[in-house]
Amino acid sequence: MSELLKITGLCVGAEDKEILHGVDLGINAGETHVIMGPNGAGKSTLGSAVMGSPEYTVTGGSIVFDGADITGETPDKRARRGIFLSFQNPVEIPGITLSSFLRSAYEQVTGERIKLFAFKKMLSEAMEVLNMDPAYADRGLNVGFSGGEKKKAEILQLLVLRPKLAILDETDSGLDVDAVKTVSAGIKAYKEQTGGSLLIITHNTKILEALTVDRTHIIADGRIVAEGGPELIDEVTSGGFDKYVSGSAL
Amino acid sequence: MKEKTQVADIDRAFYDFRYEENEDNFLDSGITPEIIREISAEKGDPDWMTAFRLHSLEVFEHLKMPEWGPDISGLDMDNIVAYIRPQKRMQSDWNAVPDDIKETFEKLGIPQAERESLAGVGAQYDSELVYHNVRKEVAESGVVYTDLESAMHDERYAELIRSHFMKLVPPTDHKFAALHGAVWSGGSFVYVPAGVRLEIPLQSYFRLNARGAGQFEHTLIIVEEGAYLHFIEGCSAPKYYEAGLHAGCVELYVGKNATLRYSTIENWSKNMYNLNTKRAVVAEGGKVEWVSGSFGSHVSYLYPMSVLNGRGARAEFTGITFAGEGQDLDTGAKIVHNAPDTSSYMNTRSISKSGGKSTFRSSVVVNENAEGSRSSVSCESLMLDSISRSDTIPAMVIKTDKADVGHEARIGRISDEAVFYLMSRGLDENSAKALIVSGFAENVSKELPLEYAAEMNNLINIEMKGSIG
Repeated sequence: MSELLKITGLCVGAEDKEILHGVDLGINAGETHVIMGPNGAGKSTLGSAVMGSPEYTVTGGSIVFDGADITGETPDKRARRGIFLSFQNPVEIPGITLSSFLRSAYEQVTGERIKLFAFKKMLSEAMEVLNMDPAYADRGLNVGFSGGEKKKAEILQLLVLRPKLAILDETDSGLDVDAVKTVSAGIKAYKEQTGGSLLIITHNTKILEALTVDRTHIIADGRIVAEGGPELIDEVTSGGFDKYVSGSAL
Repeated sequence: MKEKTQVADIDRAFYDFRYEENEDNFLDSGITPEIIREISAEKGDPDWMTAFRLHSLEVFEHLKMPEWGPDISGLDMDNIVAYIRPQKRMQSDWNAVPDDIKETFEKLGIPQAERESLAGVGAQYDSELVYHNVRKEVAESGVVYTDLESAMHDERYAELIRSHFMKLVPPTDHKFAALHGAVWSGGSFVYVPAGVRLEIPLQSYFRLNARGAGQFEHTLIIVEEGAYLHFIEGCSAPKYYEAGLHAGCVELYVGKNATLRYSTIENWSKNMYNLNTKRAVVAEGGKVEWVSGSFGSHVSYLYPMSVLNGRGARAEFTGITFAGEGQDLDTGAKIVHNAPDTSSYMNTRSISKSGGKSTFRSSVVVNENAEGSRSSVSCESLMLDSISRSDTIPAMVIKTDKADVGHEARIGRISDEAVFYLMSRGLDENSAKALIVSGFAENVSKELPLEYAAEMNNLINIEMKGSIG
């Protein structure tokens, strides 16, 4: 199996403070990985750094995606290579509808023009998977969306943009049980339709129920402290993170 | 001692697009009674107009330059050529318009805009209208749309013009109003008879071509009782080295229960001084709606004013200003509540980038007799970087306690998080920022006809890419 994402010795800081201290992580094409860890461990930082967030500075190590070193690349270039990040708090952008934004994003990441009719069809199919009211397509991007609708809109973008790697940053946080199920069905549909890879950052195992997890990583204090198969999730769920964070972090 | 304007040999690559000037067309630079008489004779003004011009010149000489706003010391008043007349008289057949002038307008898309969606179009090149046309059915409804000079000589309108011309903006208003009164040339006259509702907009387009030329067009619009008009004015000028001056004047008379919507997207070249005066007076139950986009120019002073003179009269002002490198744009609006139950609503956005300065300046006056009036002012500013400036100067004078007045101001910077979000979806940095700015500008673009909204978004995109100049 080919390695899609290879992170080596990654050190990341923000405002003079180092958050990640040498992370190694590899994801093969088609695999589903889960990252768990206590609050403030650096999980979201890792996801954002892979997407190229300007909030963080890479101070060491490298990120290789699909054979290319992308450590210094801007987020738009990474998006065009096939990386997608589902935001914890998606930003509201008035003045452009979800539908027309997503159409231009689609054209940017695929480099192809798409006819309006074909796009609308694709969009409405994806919205159906997520039980989204079609009226949201014509509303301002995330503007006035509830927390749940924003998360659904992120997964909608995932379904339309069909990236090679989707990083889901606490997509389940703040959702009720039904919404988690819907979002989870959307993630499953992405997986089935594209065979893409997933990096799921989560506290919650509910979102993982419909998915087959290949590998689990536990992050604490900016380091990967444990790795294993899906069984590690159950272990953490029952035992918590205490055994991983004793000592320096707390 | 006056000098002929020198047509210097300048690398044409620096010009956006501009065509050969014929030096013989230039009158002497600078403004004197002789020049005014020459202009007046050339135009065949009626006697009252010649007298009006000379009186305005006297007022001009006595008034001081404004000292309360952006710096205009770079404006060389002795070097502004007041009047440049194209060689051909006004045309209503597009094919008869001279080729270079035609090409300029073709580039601006005017005949095409007319074909597609407008009831009538007037195009001004340098100082005079060169092209004018109104659809037959519009003319048949009694609507008059012509240039002011022709109307002044038409006995049907002569008295109407004499009784309205610069009555709302008198030459004594300020120095540039006086200058305008002295040297005005070209512009539009629109008359909409009582009860006529024009569903498709009328449009006028101005363009400066000659280097150092001033433009002093006058727009006079009278909308009678119960009538409706949407008038669109677009302005642009190619780029020159010498400072250009625009001191136009717009006077709008809105009758009882009439509505006038007046939209402008001004896009001047970056060396222009845009010192424009616009004013509307609104009778009982009438409404004026301003939609105003200010792009380009080196310095702008622009505060369209609405005088609400009849009970229940209303004014709405929607504006956007975009100040880039080297620009100091001072814009806003003025409202005078001069009758009971009047209402006004002001909603503006200003954007500054690359060291540009944008100032929102407004004035709301609610007089003693304006009981039961309401006014709401909302202005938002967006600075795209740390070297740009944005100021808000709202003034309010409320002379009755029976009025409801509100003001809201917000100044912010573009959010890095929003830019990152859009970039993570494949948009490059400039596109992401342009999208955010377009969203910020939506209050104006949604008020414009579709093709103008698209043009405004294009302007924003051009500004965001930081075009040279």
